[in-house]
Amino acid sequence: MIEIKNLSKIYAASGQEVLALDDVSLTVQKGEIFGIIGLSGAGKSTLIRCINMLEKPTRGSIAVDGREITSLGKQELRLARQKIGMIFQQFNLLSSRNVFDNVMFPLEIAKVPRSEAKERVQELLELVGLTDKAGMHPAQLSGGQKQRVGIARALANGPKLLLSDEATSALDPQTTRSILKLLKDINRQLNLTVLLITHDMNVIKDVCDRVAVIDNSRIVEIGDVLEVFSNPQTPTSHSFVNAVISHEVPGELLHSPMDHSGDTATKLIRVSFIGASAGKPLISSMIRRYNIDVSIIYGNIDRIKDTPFGNLTLEMIGHSELLQEALDYLRGEGLEIEVLRNA
Amino acid sequence: MLELFGDNSWIVGKVLVATWETIYMVLTSTVLSYLFGLPLGIILVTTAENHIMENKGLNRVLGSIVNAARSIPFIIFLILLIPFTRLLIGTSIGTVASIVPLTIAAIPFVARMVETSLKEIERGLIEAAISMGANAQQVISKVLLPEAMPSLLLGFAITAINLVGYSAMAGIVGGGGLGTLAYYYGYQRYEDTVMLITVIVLIVLVQGVQMLGDNLAGQIVNKRR
Ligand SMILES: Nc1ncnc2c1ncn2[C@@H]1O[C@H](COP(=O)(O)OP(=O)(O)OP(=O)(O)O)[C@@H](O)[C@H]1O
Ligand SMILES: [Mg+2]
Repeated sequence: MIEIKNLSKIYAASGQEVLALDDVSLTVQKGEIFGIIGLSGAGKSTLIRCINMLEKPTRGSIAVDGREITSLGKQELRLARQKIGMIFQQFNLLSSRNVFDNVMFPLEIAKVPRSEAKERVQELLELVGLTDKAGMHPAQLSGGQKQRVGIARALANGPKLLLSDEATSALDPQTTRSILKLLKDINRQLNLTVLLITHDMNVIKDVCDRVAVIDNSRIVEIGDVLEVFSNPQTPTSHSFVNAVISHEVPGELLHSPMDHSGDTATKLIRVSFIGASAGKPLISSMIRRYNIDVSIIYGNIDRIKDTPFGNLTLEMIGHSELLQEALDYLRGEGLEIEVLRNA
Repeated sequence: MLELFGDNSWIVGKVLVATWETIYMVLTSTVLSYLFGLPLGIILVTTAENHIMENKGLNRVLGSIVNAARSIPFIIFLILLIPFTRLLIGTSIGTVASIVPLTIAAIPFVARMVETSLKEIERGLIEAAISMGANAQQVISKVLLPEAMPSLLLGFAITAINLVGYSAMAGIVGGGGLGTLAYYYGYQRYEDTVMLITVIVLIVLVQGVQMLGDNLAGQIVNKRR
């Protein structure tokens, strides 16, 4: 749906040059929700704004739905923009118009006949659940409702692509979830491709199929969300993942005294699991089979899209040979095991 | 009311006529000055850097002309424009003739007022419209002007109020209206009553315009809250 090749953007502000994007290449598939995450100033907004040419790229090419966007004429670009919806952190609704007329706005721009446009607005308000707010002005709405209007407005001209620039960053966690759910529903119902940028890994975790991590104007990692979560490749990705799922083991655990005598041994291990194995009672069957004692030190389970994902830190006490077999058993069942301490 | 003036009741007729003349001059020149000043203000805003019709050269030229025109005192305008007014109207005396210098003096003022109002519109709103594929004309007519309407209305009232003052000045050089009345009777013939009444009528006019402006702008703002 989007094919970005060797995109660079240099801002020349007050005699100083800022390299905001450095040779970025990226492909977004039709129908997927693609997330771009990065710290403040990494270049996220610049990247997403290049896709509808709110910023003019310095170098590189961007094809949307097979059409090179950087070389379009003015009129062609305007028509192309009508098919690329965009939502914003600050909503950007017109205070001079009520909800209904705000959603009508892009239809007026596209010169859709009035009666047809009105019908369309009704449908859109229904879709975002704001039919009863049609006559209200944006100032009378909550943040979440405003963003729903923003979404309805972005969908008015039936875009194939929706760009979201931190659309949930001004919202509380609960409202964020409801807006993300709406985006997911729309993505499925309308087969709409969504490109969203965020600095919140929870957003990525909740709705994205794939993610790109952008750091210091460059893309440092691209992959399936699950992949990036379970095995982040760069320090930046690592810190984003850790913000959501803690991989760290409290320091005192690694140094506290552990029992061992004779053939009895103690191991501190971390078990990471993804997907189906998370549903099986592997730990309890291990305890029964190998006759070992297990105490749970720390645990964390989460969902990435619909896949369970998490890790457990366990202290296991038992016969040293049996302990080794137990670990092999868990590994054989597809769990990732890391031995943190041996005694 | 008439009794109040006793044998001075002739004043009432004169004041009524002069008031009407002033209202006519001010209203016409305000509307005419917006006819030219509004587009000029829009161009000043939209041709500025990073705006929808960026054109630094044009922006600088227009900006300088507006500044130059604004630095000329109205009384000089009045004198400078006499030949032009004669050419246009056939005379430089009377209410119709006064409309010419009033309008021309107000245009640069209006342009700056409009510019100030439109500059307040958030960048994000303009960008949202552009992201939907709006052209410059649509951004102006559907975003800039409607969003700035309360502020534009207040500017309109301020312009009209300034023109009430200017029209009185024009009256001294034969422009008609309350200014002429005050000058002939109040100043040259020492009719204090005429002077007083003129001042009162002017105050009422200015208050009225201001209240009307505040009211209209307030109504719009309230509706949007
Ligand atoms: N119009 C501009 N002129 C000059 N420099 C700019 C401009 N816009 C952005 N920049 C610079 O480009 C870099 C990337 O900015 P960008 O807005 O893309 O970051 P971001 O990842 O969206 O950050 P945030 O999370 O804070 O929104 C920053 O260093 C910023 O200062
Ligand atoms: Mg940003």
